[in-house]
Amino acid sequence: MNDARNALRPDLAVIAGHIPQGARVLDVGCGDGELMAALRAEKGVDARGIEIDPEAVEKCVARGLSAVQGDANRDLAEYPDDAFDYAILSQTLQTAERPDLMLDELLRVGRQAFVSFPNFAHWRMRAYLLWHGRMPVTRHLPVSWYETQNIHQVTITDFEELLRRKGVRIERSWFFSGDRELSSRGANWRAEYAVYLLSR
Amino acid sequence: MASVLESNSPSLVLAQPLPLDSGQSLADVRIAYETYGKLAADKSNAILIFHALTGDQHVASPHPITGKPGWWSRMVGPGKPIDTARFHVICANVIGGCMGSTGPASAAADGEPYAMRFPVITIRDMVRAQVALLDALGIGQLHAVVGGSMGGMLALSLAKNFPDRAVRVLAIATTSRHSAQNIAFHEVGRQAIMADPNWRGGAYYGHGKGPEKGLAVARMAAHITYLSEAGLTGKFGRRLQDREAKSFGFDADFQVESYLRYQGISFTDRFDANAYLYITRAMDYFDLAEEHGGRLADAFAGTTARFCLVSFDTDWLYPTAESRAVVHALNAVAAPVSFVELSAPYGHDSFLLEVPALDRVVKGFLE
Repeated sequence: MNDARNALRPDLAVIAGHIPQGARVLDVGCGDGELMAALRAEKGVDARGIEIDPEAVEKCVARGLSAVQGDANRDLAEYPDDAFDYAILSQTLQTAERPDLMLDELLRVGRQAFVSFPNFAHWRMRAYLLWHGRMPVTRHLPVSWYETQNIHQVTITDFEELLRRKGVRIERSWFFSGDRELSSRGANWRAEYAVYLLSR
Repeated sequence: MASVLESNSPSLVLAQPLPLDSGQSLADVRIAYETYGKLAADKSNAILIFHALTGDQHVASPHPITGKPGWWSRMVGPGKPIDTARFHVICANVIGGCMGSTGPASAAADGEPYAMRFPVITIRDMVRAQVALLDALGIGQLHAVVGGSMGGMLALSLAKNFPDRAVRVLAIATTSRHSAQNIAFHEVGRQAIMADPNWRGGAYYGHGKGPEKGLAVARMAAHITYLSEAGLTGKFGRRLQDREAKSFGFDADFQVESYLRYQGISFTDRFDANAYLYITRAMDYFDLAEEHGGRLADAFAGTTARFCLVSFDTDWLYPTAESRAVVHALNAVAAPVSFVELSAPYGHDSFLLEVPALDRVVKGFLE
């Protein structure tokens, strides 16, 4: 693993590590292009991004990356079917207007999709809610309920239930606590966040 | 009026007649152009900049008539976002123009100015002429083609019609087709020119006075469309011009009136009224999707260029939705495209003014 990937957030490093050389990738909510830059440098990936924040898009363009300013809730509809080998949605699912429809769109424009999200059923959340009786504010979800963009908090169990109902196949899954990867045993208690590789 | 403007720019005459979209052709086409920065030995560092409706080839050098700095000198120069220490920048006056390239004020075969005998040209005709210029200069593929407003239309037209000629396409504050509103404003300007008795059916050359009044009104109307309501309010508000109270007459009581009158009059020193008619017509005819049954994506099928589109949130002449339509089409054909809507208070003119975010986008995209 080289420096570029070492510097990535663990969920992004997993995604970068499992995307093959030269793949076509759409990074939904690409931020300032950290993942796209790593994919391009290491894998010669043809990466495109969608990002709502114009300053972040500007940084992508300044890095020579292709990013389109827009709202993924609407603009994914503009991409043709199977336009990409992979669609990536990292730590953004819980901010979608309709996460279920977003998932449909990801698996329409991408043949496969990587999705990562913070797990609201992590024991620290449960403890916080149990003891304080208030919405948890933690290192992974540091913003108060009234100003958070995370309008659809989700747990690992909830997510997998949605996948079952939609008939989406889990190709692989990874679970993390901090930077440490966990086994899938008790993941809904133990994992702070999860990464899935999905296909129809 | 500056009817036959002398240009001190280098120019060349195309060896072949230029075929036009109208079916006609134009012989002995002269193209005046400026270059900045050194062309690399392998000719890989050339950037072609297309100017806007009333722009010219003096992108980064003083205007020969007004003496003002080049129209994009804040963007183009050594160490600037379009860095002439690295890139060889070419900017040519469009055909139909009046700064040295063949236009309605130029002499036809009979030695008399074309005036309204000049054929109606299109954006693609202008591009064709500049591609012929590139051929004559021995430049095959451009590092980038760049343009704002009408210049952006030319850039998109080059990408569609000559897809091998540019590796990067940067189109700012522009559109893939002129809207009804765009056409409507242009028509107001043209009617103002043609209503001026000094227009003489276009044959005013050599008569001393041309349709300065009409051209000035055309410029005044157009100038409003380049600004924003907030920009006008900020700059002028309802402030009066050099007076304490309203005059109860039709003098330029308000600062905004005085400003527009000045913009109109000074424009006639540097622009030919017939050129204004022909170039606005070319813009009105512009619709990249027209030949493709309205499917813009088909216009870009198979393109290998990288694209970047930029719009401004206060630009109501070529609003963000116009750029998004192009982005949508490029996405549909899987072209690498970037798009950003920048926030700037100056309306359509933002692309010419102090918008640091634009500098960063332009510089980054050209890397």
